Amino acid sequence: MLTRFLLLGLDKKAGVLLAVLALLAVAVPVMALGTAPDSPWHLSTHSVALMGKYLCFALLALALDLVWGYVGILSLGHAAFFTLGGYAMGMYLMRQIGPRGVYGNPILPDFMVFLNWKELPWYWHGFDQFWFAAVMVMLVPGALAFAFGWFAFRSRVTGVYLSIITQALTFALMLAFFRNDMGFGGNNGLTDFKEILGFDIQAPATRVGLFVATVVALAIGYILASSIVASKLGKVLVAVRDAESRVRFLGYETERYKLFAWTLSACMAGVAGALYVPQVGIINPSEFSPASSIEAVIWVAVGGRGTLAGAIIGAVLVNFGKSYFTAALPELWLFALGGLFVLVTLFLPKGILGLAAQLRQRLPSRGAVAAKPAGQKGV
Amino acid sequence: MSAEDTLLYLDGVSVSFDGFRALNSLSLLIEPGEMRAIIGPNGAGKTTMMDVITGKTRPDTGTILFEGKTDLTAMREAGIANLGIGRKFQRPTVFENHTVWDNLELALKAPRRPLKTLTYAVGRDDRLRIEEILDITRLSPKRERQAGSLSHGEKQWLEIGMLLAQDPKLLLVDEPVAGMTDAETEQTARLLKDIAGKHSVIVVEHDMVFVRELGVKVTVLHEGSVLAEGSLDAVSANQQVIDVYLGR
Amino acid sequence: MHRALCWLLAAFLALAAPAAFAADLEPLVRGLGAGNYADTEKALAKLAETGDPAAVPVIEALQAGDLYVRKPDGAVVVAKRSGNGYALTDPVTGAPIGEADRNAVEKIKVNNALRRTMSAALGALTLMSPNAGVRWQAAEAVFKSRDANALEALDAALAKETDEGVKRAMTQARASVVLGSSAPDGDKLAAVEVLKDRGDQDALALLNGAAGNGSEAVKAAAGKAVAAVESRLALWGAAQNLWYGLSLGSVLLLAAIGLAVTFGVMGVINMAHGEMVMIGAYATFLVQEGFRAWAPGLFDFSILVALPVAFLVSGAVGVVIERSVIRWLYGRPLETLLATWGLSLALQQAVRSLFGPTNREVGAPSWMSGAFQLGGLTITYGRLWIVVFAFLVFGALLVALRRTWFGLSIRAVTQNRNMASAMGIRTARVDALTFGLGSGIAGLAGVALSQIDNVSPNLGQGYIIDSFMVVVFGGVGNLWGTLVGALALGSVNKFLEPYAGAVLGKILVLIFIILFIQRRPRGLFALKGRAVEA
Repeated sequence: MLTRFLLLGLDKKAGVLLAVLALLAVAVPVMALGTAPDSPWHLSTHSVALMGKYLCFALLALALDLVWGYVGILSLGHAAFFTLGGYAMGMYLMRQIGPRGVYGNPILPDFMVFLNWKELPWYWHGFDQFWFAAVMVMLVPGALAFAFGWFAFRSRVTGVYLSIITQALTFALMLAFFRNDMGFGGNNGLTDFKEILGFDIQAPATRVGLFVATVVALAIGYILASSIVASKLGKVLVAVRDAESRVRFLGYETERYKLFAWTLSACMAGVAGALYVPQVGIINPSEFSPASSIEAVIWVAVGGRGTLAGAIIGAVLVNFGKSYFTAALPELWLFALGGLFVLVTLFLPKGILGLAAQLRQRLPSRGAVAAKPAGQKGV
Repeated sequence: MSAEDTLLYLDGVSVSFDGFRALNSLSLLIEPGEMRAIIGPNGAGKTTMMDVITGKTRPDTGTILFEGKTDLTAMREAGIANLGIGRKFQRPTVFENHTVWDNLELALKAPRRPLKTLTYAVGRDDRLRIEEILDITRLSPKRERQAGSLSHGEKQWLEIGMLLAQDPKLLLVDEPVAGMTDAETEQTARLLKDIAGKHSVIVVEHDMVFVRELGVKVTVLHEGSVLAEGSLDAVSANQQVIDVYLGR
Repeated sequence: MHRALCWLLAAFLALAAPAAFAADLEPLVRGLGAGNYADTEKALAKLAETGDPAAVPVIEALQAGDLYVRKPDGAVVVAKRSGNGYALTDPVTGAPIGEADRNAVEKIKVNNALRRTMSAALGALTLMSPNAGVRWQAAEAVFKSRDANALEALDAALAKETDEGVKRAMTQARASVVLGSSAPDGDKLAAVEVLKDRGDQDALALLNGAAGNGSEAVKAAAGKAVAAVESRLALWGAAQNLWYGLSLGSVLLLAAIGLAVTFGVMGVINMAHGEMVMIGAYATFLVQEGFRAWAPGLFDFSILVALPVAFLVSGAVGVVIERSVIRWLYGRPLETLLATWGLSLALQQAVRSLFGPTNREVGAPSWMSGAFQLGGLTITYGRLWIVVFAFLVFGALLVALRRTWFGLSIRAVTQNRNMASAMGIRTARVDALTFGLGSGIAGLAGVALSQIDNVSPNLGQGYIIDSFMVVVFGGVGNLWGTLVGALALGSVNKFLEPYAGAVLGKILVLIFIILFIQRRPRGLFALKGRAVEA
């Protein structure tokens, strides 16, 4: 049954995407570790980390596309789930520092020693175990999303209202995590990590390992998402997006469907955040800012919402552009990003993949109908 | 007749919006297997009546019982639909981004829980049933078309097909022939009459020709309550009904 | 309530006035350095008898140990260490009179008896000052110091005092001293009553002290007085919170009211709303710079000129945005949200490029600075004006929507676009103007916020979420809801602050709204009925 379900999502588009990811998983380790530093083929550790970061964002975008593209829930708070996952991983990494911190306390992280705390808060227990942290990475964002969605969907908060309260959610979390007495390092967040699973976190090989793990996570996320979308459940989700009350009159409890997709999406975002933290080396409350959530939305919009692969492409492209602009023309980056928001919504409502599909449809034959992505009405 | 023998039992149902009484102590009985036509001028409360039966709107007061025992006023839309009450909207509402086939597959009687749908595969019986409905609604050649690309009449038929796929005990049909040609209207009437044997049907309609074609008991609504009930000829002769339709 | 201000002003004037009696003081000051302690004391007494305020700095210098005798001529000078020697100034006029070698000056020594005399002399001098403000300050100083030596001077001053306010201050000062002394119970009980009437934090501290020791009668009376003062203070504290809440609420109202127009009336989510506020604030800054450069004398009026300018500038930007972007996105609120977010980023960066990333200084006109006391409340004029202004804007908007042709057109287009169009209303124009109106009001909010917040490119960002919360909480499409929402959220925030702290208070408010939306998805004053659900 499971294989049949997973095979559902494996169409031609998925094949291309998975092939690209497989290529990355092989080529990047070879280029980073197997070539001399002066070779033109050599990838620096920095580049590997940067690519890893893009793919984490791609996983976040994928999660967002699942709820926005297929269920019509425009979340302006997905960064909250991403960051919570990141904090869960960050807590594990902090515990791994052990006595190597500045204050040399074997149990307490530096910032707690600095704040004169005498013992570890209860919610920090267990994070010295990787498996525990790995579970929490999905459980914490998932549980928050479940609780939030349970209330919001049952009381039928939809559309713009839902978007605004998701934004309020992430904003409230940001304010909370900025407080020192929350026990998450306040302003500075969690940083100065040393080891992950016993490997030096700065070592090139570890970086490559993290990159490969990210590729694998993204591939799993993609297969999962595209299988769900192709299943009957996915059809119900799209139906909910287009005409929710009609779906109810067919006897589907739409709240449960939304809750399912929403919670799963939050878990995926949590995993993305968890992979992000060891690769960038820090997690702090500014990741919760409403702006980062909205930025993730534009990745999806650029790639084409409701296409899954588009979300991945959009995230990588926009973030590549961001890296380029903020280094070369920092003054112009916000203009470029702002312009992107306006141009995409006005002229490219279906994103790059939607445009590609339209162009392909113009050309006769080639079975264009099958390749057509799920279009959507204005939400 | 006692409530136990009825399929649908409405008693003293009232709904008001911002002081406007959409339903005013409405009472109505539908027997199993019965087809009923509901007529009435605009604002008589026809759509609101459907809303309270299907759980979209909650009545302020009154009783609504299904099969003489289930209190519908305490339930939400999906639960009511799963009891076996199907609804066709005034404006055809189909899932425009799904194919005709997928629309029917979604409507088809099957487990409605998320995890069941996640692992659902179309079995042989289901396929045959969908094929059958495609034939009945004459949408067979267009099964792979996106529903959004259908004509208005085809959407109406698809929605009726979805009702059939749901296999409800009671069908609520709101203006099924609005925007249809005469030939289509006639076909629709025949289709509904076919259905009526196995299911109970409530049809809300403006089109008197169509109502006459159905040849069933008629209930006239006015200002949220029942004005007259009986055969079309009988209610047509009722002075009150004439006053309401022609204006006082 | 203005009296305190007047006194302060008068006190400044008095200090600024040149020492008219300087010549007469000269020999008396010289006497301070005449020889032994007794001589100094005599000179001090004479100095005090003059009642001349110019003597005050001399005695203060003596108290501080800065008064020296210049050996060659026996002149009394103020000497401050500078390099190897001393810098000298005239004790009366404060004018510099050159330098002196270390050995050329000798410090005037003081003992404890002298110190007491000095305090008394100082107290007498200032308490007898012809200037009411100085007397009031002196009385307050005694109240705080509780210096028993000042009692005599205080009594003397009280006997002569004619000004009611100063008299009260002196009585309170006396009570403060008496309560700390070993005076008989009768006096102390009277003092307790006086302090109870004063009823502020300082009085509370003194009464608390008195309730802790002394005779039983005094203890009991002080205990009662403490309770009375505390309950009064609590009341004023609540009133102060209410005022703060009203003040914050009116700021929220100003920020949200424009949003209520664009979101509530038009259904357009304008994430660049905060930037309209920011543009209004920068417009204020520019107008003010203009006044500083060309008409500094009229500076107090700059903010009045800034109001229409900010309204027009923000409104114009709004119209441009509506015409170029938003009109293509009607009926797609989520897309509008994204596009306007993009615009907000670009606008922020544009302002950052033009004016730099740092805060800009916007000054307050004189009629908006300062504060006054209302019972136990301290109310700043700036805040008061903002409250008044917020309500004026609200009222004006209400009138504009209800009573003008433009308002009628807006409501017509909102309710039924096609019908309005058929009636000959140019809907596209109404859309643009409505959006311009909402943006213009945001600009007005910017003028007000420039007075209480940093004018920086990020100004708007701080208000956008709060404004949305207000509109959503109050109920979309209902201006009264926005008013109630703003004031309620402002007050709740300020009442939570003392218990939970500012940040946690804010978080609690956000959580409250998130939960509230679940209960009433359409806000406090939701429209009901079938039309809404369609």
